[in-house]
Amino acid sequence: MSTTVLPTYDDAVARYEPVIGLETHVELGTNTKMFCGCPTEFGAEPNTQTCPVCLGLPGALPVANRAGIEATIRIGLALNCDIAEWCRMARKNYFYPDMPKNFQTSQYDEPLCVDGYVDVDVDGETFRIEIERVHLEEDTGKSLHVGGATGRIHGATESLVDYNRAGIPLVEIVTKPVTGLGARAPEVARAYVTELRDIIRSLDVSDVRMEQGSLRCDVNTSLNKPGEEWGTRTEAKNVNSLRSVERAVRSEIIRQSGILDAGGSILQETRHFQEDTGDTRPGRSKETATDYRYFPEPDLVPIAPDPAWVAELKAALPEKPSVKRARLREEWGISEVDMQSVANAGAVELIEETIAAGASPAGARKWWMGELARRANETGVELAAVGASPAQVAQLQALVDEGKINDKLARQVLEGVVAGEGDPAQVMSARGLEVVSDTGALQAAVDEAIAANPDVAAKIRDGKVAAAGALVGAVMKTTRGQADAKTVRELILARLS
Amino acid sequence: MAAISREEVAHLARLSRLAVTDEELDRFAGQLDVILQSVARIGDVAADDIPPTSHSVPLTNVYRDDVVQPSLKQEDVLAGAPDAAEGRFRVPRILDEEE
Ligand SMILES: [Zn+2]
Repeated sequence: MSTTVLPTYDDAVARYEPVIGLETHVELGTNTKMFCGCPTEFGAEPNTQTCPVCLGLPGALPVANRAGIEATIRIGLALNCDIAEWCRMARKNYFYPDMPKNFQTSQYDEPLCVDGYVDVDVDGETFRIEIERVHLEEDTGKSLHVGGATGRIHGATESLVDYNRAGIPLVEIVTKPVTGLGARAPEVARAYVTELRDIIRSLDVSDVRMEQGSLRCDVNTSLNKPGEEWGTRTEAKNVNSLRSVERAVRSEIIRQSGILDAGGSILQETRHFQEDTGDTRPGRSKETATDYRYFPEPDLVPIAPDPAWVAELKAALPEKPSVKRARLREEWGISEVDMQSVANAGAVELIEETIAAGASPAGARKWWMGELARRANETGVELAAVGASPAQVAQLQALVDEGKINDKLARQVLEGVVAGEGDPAQVMSARGLEVVSDTGALQAAVDEAIAANPDVAAKIRDGKVAAAGALVGAVMKTTRGQADAKTVRELILARLS
Repeated sequence: MAAISREEVAHLARLSRLAVTDEELDRFAGQLDVILQSVARIGDVAADDIPPTSHSVPLTNVYRDDVVQPSLKQEDVLAGAPDAAEGRFRVPRILDEEE
């Protein structure tokens, strides 16, 4: 449709300054919904976790869940916010079947938490992301669009709606516009969401899984020429992974730059991020705030957190992830840059748990940051969802330490683990990947290699020990890599000394 | 002067996904105008010493514990639905084609 020639990313950020803003939704892990006692378990049969309140049946009255209020305040405190002394819930009116009440219970001009910040590190540089507000609302139902392309809203002829999710507490965290990031904007956006996820995970109020939708991110991007006013922003929705946060900002910068270069103007709109292509496409046109006709929710009384309670919650906050990283960096004996990549890869807890399961810090880090990180990147999933658990990685490293497999075989074992073939020990036996430790078999292979390479053998006999490498290679070949190179070398030298 | 215009009523109808005829627009605009003007009279008696009131009871912090209560059965939930399929409410496509 568009004939605009897209600039390269480098050209785009050389000409324009991006301004980004992030709205992040966190689904709280409470036992019950925000305003009724329905359970919140993920994956139940459709419409089996609903009641008159969350179905919006006439006369049903909501009562707020204390745990939802407490979790929101704790999130606000962890993000350095001020907690409102008094605030109200509000009705956000809109007619769309994902909310059976025809309004979403939310907060409007009186959020529970305001004016916070998060510091994020990208390659040793610290960026302060200011938080405008943290407010409490409820999640919507889930629509399955049928009749068109599966699951997509476009082309669908009807929707099937499940209200199990409707009413689950949702915390929305909104940043102030972030400026001055230049070319780093996509990385900083990703680092911010990563840090936010780590902070919220440390509070134990949500499982913050992007792939399961308990952490969702809308990314606002605009461009302006240096020294000029901010441009028109677009909002990218459907951004479902940390990697996508970065890609969404990057692709919007390129797309908007292409339009501006051609003398066009940016349409303020909601766009949907496309996981497969990494760009955004137009979505539903957004109603403006006045169209939502917000007003204070008359059925829920105001929230006025007792300052003593807030102080108590603040005092009981867990160790900040950034502080924890500094501590772990010491314990693991790694550099700040290495720790940063561990954090960016979402590997801090995974490595920590792997060490707790018995692996050395170096061993644990090697697998998560090497083979598994590569694999996660290739398949586009979060490291935690790559298919190997910390316990399995610890077992893998133990097999290496015991000399049962070498690193090369370990990679094959890991492949089996990720493919769901079982624990490392099971995969090792099932695939027959154990190192040949039978000295008789190894000795035979060594003798064979010596007999096949008399010239090399002669050199070694003359004291040119370095030549042994060629024979080691030959033995590794006949044992298909399933031998310990060091043992082989020792056997060769013993035979030829 | 009317408290609500015909255009505003049309806009609200669009937001509410209601198909309203021209004749109905005229009628509803008139009716809503009467309601709004009546409600607006409250503003006449609101003096500076009367704060805006959103809640008629002087209560704050009414909460319940995070304890699961029984939900409704799926068949009961869907019993009142105009249409259902696969355990879900079946509704017409809402959005116009945008592409
Ligand atoms: Zn309910």
